[in-house]
Amino acid sequence: MMINSSLKQLGQQLASKQISSVELTQAYLQRVTQLNPTINAFITLDEEKTITQAKAADARIAAGDFGPLTGIPLAQKDIFCAKGWRTTCSSKMLETFIAPYDAHVISQFDAAGAVNLGKTNMDEFAMGSSNETSYFGGVKNPWDFDRVPGGSSGGSAAAVAARLCAAATGTDTGGSIRQPASLCGFTGLKPTYGLVSRYGMIAFASSLDQAGPMAKSAEDCALMLNVMAGFDERDSTSVNREKEDYTRGLAHMHGEQPLKGLRIGLPKEYFAEGLSADVAKVIETAIAEYKKLGAEIVDISLPNNNLSIPVYYVLAPAEASSNLSRYDGVRYGHRAAEYNDLQEMYMKSRAEGFGAEVKRRILIGTYVLSAGYYDAYYLKAQQIRRLIAQDFVEAFKHCDVIMGPAAPSTAFKAGEKTSDPVAMYLEDLYTIAVNLAGLPGMSIPAGFAQNGDGKPLPVGLQIIGNYFDEARMLDVGHAYQQVTDWHTQMPVALENI
Amino acid sequence: MALNLEDIKRIAHLARIEVSDTEAQETLNKLSGILGLIEQMQAVDTAGIAPMSHSQDVTQRLREDVVTQTNQRELFQSIAPATQDGLYLVPKVIE
Amino acid sequence: MQWEVVIGLETHVQLQTKSKQFSGASTTYGAEPNTQACEVSIALPGVLPVLNKQSVECAIKFGLAIDADIAPRSIFARKNYFYPDLPKGYQISQFELPVVGKGKITIQVPAGKNTEAYEKVINITRAHLEEDAGKSVHDAVEGMSGIDLNRAGTPLLEIVTEPDMRSAAEAVAYAKKLHELVQWIGICDGNMQEGSFRCDVNVSVRPKGTEKLGTRREIKNLNSFKFMLQAIEYETQWQIETLEDGGTIQQATILFNPDTGETRAMRSKEEANDYRYFPDPDLLPLEVTEADKTRVRADMPELPQALQARFTSEYQLSGYDASNLTSSRAVADYFVAVVNAGGDAKQAANWVMGALSAKLNAEEKTVAESPVSAGQLAALLKRIADNTISNNAAKQVFEGLWAGEGEVDAIIEAKGLKQVSDTGAIEAIINDVLAANQAMVEEYKAGKEKAFNALVGQCMKASKGKANPAQVNELLKSKLG
Repeated sequence: MMINSSLKQLGQQLASKQISSVELTQAYLQRVTQLNPTINAFITLDEEKTITQAKAADARIAAGDFGPLTGIPLAQKDIFCAKGWRTTCSSKMLETFIAPYDAHVISQFDAAGAVNLGKTNMDEFAMGSSNETSYFGGVKNPWDFDRVPGGSSGGSAAAVAARLCAAATGTDTGGSIRQPASLCGFTGLKPTYGLVSRYGMIAFASSLDQAGPMAKSAEDCALMLNVMAGFDERDSTSVNREKEDYTRGLAHMHGEQPLKGLRIGLPKEYFAEGLSADVAKVIETAIAEYKKLGAEIVDISLPNNNLSIPVYYVLAPAEASSNLSRYDGVRYGHRAAEYNDLQEMYMKSRAEGFGAEVKRRILIGTYVLSAGYYDAYYLKAQQIRRLIAQDFVEAFKHCDVIMGPAAPSTAFKAGEKTSDPVAMYLEDLYTIAVNLAGLPGMSIPAGFAQNGDGKPLPVGLQIIGNYFDEARMLDVGHAYQQVTDWHTQMPVALENI
Repeated sequence: MALNLEDIKRIAHLARIEVSDTEAQETLNKLSGILGLIEQMQAVDTAGIAPMSHSQDVTQRLREDVVTQTNQRELFQSIAPATQDGLYLVPKVIE
Repeated sequence: MQWEVVIGLETHVQLQTKSKQFSGASTTYGAEPNTQACEVSIALPGVLPVLNKQSVECAIKFGLAIDADIAPRSIFARKNYFYPDLPKGYQISQFELPVVGKGKITIQVPAGKNTEAYEKVINITRAHLEEDAGKSVHDAVEGMSGIDLNRAGTPLLEIVTEPDMRSAAEAVAYAKKLHELVQWIGICDGNMQEGSFRCDVNVSVRPKGTEKLGTRREIKNLNSFKFMLQAIEYETQWQIETLEDGGTIQQATILFNPDTGETRAMRSKEEANDYRYFPDPDLLPLEVTEADKTRVRADMPELPQALQARFTSEYQLSGYDASNLTSSRAVADYFVAVVNAGGDAKQAANWVMGALSAKLNAEEKTVAESPVSAGQLAALLKRIADNTISNNAAKQVFEGLWAGEGEVDAIIEAKGLKQVSDTGAIEAIINDVLAANQAMVEEYKAGKEKAFNALVGQCMKASKGKANPAQVNELLKSKLG
């Protein structure tokens, strides 16, 4: 069935002209039309623009000028500026903002001939773990409409899980690709900080933000990353290194024990208090599968992991408080209708334009940077950040990849954690340290837990690699996906729509 | 370091976000909870540890001094709340 | 009570670059509003800064010029505050680790009514790279301000002194010296009208003889030396009077009104600022290596101090002359050009600092605008040296050159200023003078030296100033035996 096809398969069908990009795109748009009113994965669709791109892709294919992603419809997280597209970051502040330029990631996909299917819902300014902070409303988890898809890349997550797109983009500041990948049951990769340019990606916490692919399989992610990764001189933190082909090792992941010699580190802190039993069971089974693939298990420790949440909730809000100061109603974005003077215009425009969680984080960030508190909070957090990063340096002396859960539990019910920000923040217990260290991390589908209503809920296995070791991580994910089929499963109710 | 309503007013003003008196208490409760979480850091001895601003130890790349941008005023101001004669308009700035 | 004023300066120097500090937008002055405000300048969501190489080199040049420590690693920080001309809601600046550290600038304070001229060393605390804000245009529309972001992001070097100055005159002497220096090393065009060089002056007063600094008030954005002098003098007097009346000084940011000559506190800065500085996560540490410094140094002009030393050793000029001639690069270049074109160095120094500078001052011209070229002045000096004209005649030739009457020799010819050096002709004049002034001759012979000078004067008068005075002297002496 087409909607379950891999990017490689779709690419072959397009290249051999079994299907045109316009046909493929229209098929997805039709599925979106049917399901999006319920799932709310997309917040901006522009059929005309999308079809124009599909036609251009068909022309490129006809001319023989195409690559693996030419003609393939992708969903773009609404955090990426795309010229002529409304780009909102799911905020009232940018409700009418039409981006006048393209993000680097968008230009890369345009150059590759991919088709922009639409902009996906997300937590407002990427601040959240359930997609419930979106100004445009929550997103349904395709596996259980009562539950959240995770966040902040919840729209992209639901779109991939419900097969509303061939693949999608996300961004991950504290787990925003990996946690929804776990909760919605697909493969999501957050690359090493600096691998994908942040130019045109609306900033949340600049030293942590990183864009990455969200797709069905490791192989699909590798094809996406081939397009997304690469040096961009407009981003000072973009790393200037040689282009890699992230699919290069995948073909070797077959046969007996393809992972022989691979050392997998299991941090004891990832299997301690806070991890729900059903998730633990799935992860243990997945680890057993890896042993069969030839991997060796090493016990490791990340002693400062528990500090990653407090450190993150100092550093990310601090950076965000400053990054979001540009939304002042002067040059673009929401401006209050009534005000008596300049100060009132600022205060009201920002109070009206930002949602509750964004305001909370701006206020926390402002507080920790304010006179008299900087050393106790900001500086301290930066020092502990180094301790957290050093934990990984030490760990990688003993292993090649680290594995564990991506989220402490399966998808939770909408509204369950909205009144308690701290409970929501604990969702990122296993993902945040990776952002603080700047390491790459991914989540792959590893099985299901049964929820109370008897519905299966996906569980993701997190794979953390050393700096710029994405190719190996994708190999490791791919090897597992050759012997399991979790990544091909989709919610039964949505299969025949 | 416990927060109080005065702090909320002060930081809300610094951040230019209007917080009404009725919202202030709720905001105080939520922020206090978050600060409680953050307080865990204070138990860690960080003497002598260099703060970490970036995950990689690299230095700033420099851009050649070349003009690469052209005038896009019309496009940029098409999304502005208020402009006139090429200027962005705001309530009068008092010096 | 005797009061002492304590002054420190913060100067914003716009660096001479083609593009902005963190983007490829043009920095050309005077464009239509917001036509040089690119996506980075207007802080669209998602844009990022990349540092301009040229502005870093400007900072290194300045550091080398004031013999400062240049940080091998410096950090960009965000200074957070809301203002409509600050599009990001923060200014990218340097806070804890600036690119240029401690250095020194020696100033020459001119003589005042009751004081001699003197030199003083002003300590530079730091100089850091940052970006300029945009501009607010008031009342373009009734009750509104218009924001022009063309200037937003223009590279600045902020140069901060220690509170080392003790009078308005010292502060102005420092500002002038710095103004000359940044132009000398080519990092700033020095145009104060266009805001390329703007001074904030911190002023406080304290009882003379005490150590503790008084509360300071900061006079913002002074863009002329004249206003700076007026503003500091007014502010100093105001603070002294306030304290003597039993009042206290509140720390404040103040503006100088050139129309009234008074200072007043800015209303918008009443609240205490809390800038929440933190390292900018979008920028990495700036590294300056020894190799960078060597490369930049090779590209720098000879500095005033070095040039002074060369002028005293090579041309045997006095320290005072050498210092005056290096007050600006344009003057020094002019002087060197005169000497290179064959002018005598000592004479060249006298003429450049004397007649030329007087004329330039009188007509409010810079040396670059001088109607008399270095080559012309050198030609004039040669005619003095080869006895073609006298010093007095040379002054007339100079006036002619200034008025554009032609080249040196043509003017000498036209005005008939050529000196008479023909012995026969001079002897004839002397004979006539001696014959007509027998009384003086007698006086001289009786031992009155003064009479000799009077006779020389008569001879010169008789020659209408054209006789070579040295020859007249010599011949007269021999005649009188």
